[in-house]
Amino acid sequence: MKRLVLLAAALCLSGAAYAVEPAEMLKDPALEARARDVSKELRCVVCQNETIDESHAEIAHDMRVLVRERITAGDSNQQIIDYMVSRYGDYVRLSPRFMTSTLILWIGPFVILLIGGFVVAARLRQAGLDPDLQIPDEQLAAHSEMGDKT
Amino acid sequence: MTDTVATQPRPQKKASRWPYLIPLVAVLALGGVFAKRLLDVERGVEVNALPTVLLDTPVPAFDLEPLPGHAQGLKNEDLKGQVYLINFWGSWCVTCLYEHPVLLKVAAAGDIPIYGVAWRDTPEKSLAWLAERGDPYARSGQDPNSKAAIAFGVAQAPESFLVDAQGIIRYKQAGPISMQDWQTKIQPLAAMLKAQQKQ
Repeated sequence: MKRLVLLAAALCLSGAAYAVEPAEMLKDPALEARARDVSKELRCVVCQNETIDESHAEIAHDMRVLVRERITAGDSNQQIIDYMVSRYGDYVRLSPRFMTSTLILWIGPFVILLIGGFVVAARLRQAGLDPDLQIPDEQLAAHSEMGDKT
Repeated sequence: MTDTVATQPRPQKKASRWPYLIPLVAVLALGGVFAKRLLDVERGVEVNALPTVLLDTPVPAFDLEPLPGHAQGLKNEDLKGQVYLINFWGSWCVTCLYEHPVLLKVAAAGDIPIYGVAWRDTPEKSLAWLAERGDPYARSGQDPNSKAAIAFGVAQAPESFLVDAQGIIRYKQAGPISMQDWQTKIQPLAAMLKAQQKQ
């Protein structure tokens, strides 16, 4: 049993494997943690939806190494991300910036939710149920009694 | 279990139909987006190409080691004052095979020099490729750890950049240059840039 638990734990943890190789890592754990943070912000340019932290592509490897070199040289996280954006464009950010061309990404879900709300309200009204209607207590009680019987 | 529910009288209210149109409109809009992409592919528009942020900006600084046996490496400062094409390639790159004969022809025509960046490759393999297939490059440099490639925003080989005499990137080709690309896009632009240079 204990073995099984250990195996299950090992399998669960192995899901979090990353592409970073031991040879790439910085000796200073604080700097390495920063490198990981930056790497998770940057998209691998040949694999569409992976961060360079996860990707095994060779260019992603080289970008990770560059991130670590810049950190060691004293650049801030933002400076490194800005450098990559200046080379590859906004594409390289995994989380899109809030700007005119990404407006639909950011507010789209809320607009759809709003439309959904209107549709539901319209349907309820159509079915003769006013969503704002206050149901008298005795009616409600009668309803729940009926429910109890079935 | 059969349709006992359906026998219930429904409220005689005038039903509003517009909410039913929303999915239809959404599907049509989505279909329009897909159709545009498909037509783009049909017309040969590079749909997956990254937008070129470096267009009309100065060429990044680079200083690359020469291939063994070659006298000169590749340095951006040495290339100033001329219109040139810089080409990122690798012996591991399949589409470079397709592009290579075009580069040889362009180099032989002698309109503009082509400079080669042997990207992420061993010098032995790069030299073997050039020895076997011919060397279109006026000069070559090595970029084993993608320093120059990242500075140029290169994602996949081959990629080429047309640089003017002021060191400004004027054109980027992601993917192999075909003879048609050369004749219809790059050659005319290069000729125009060279004419401007003489003025």
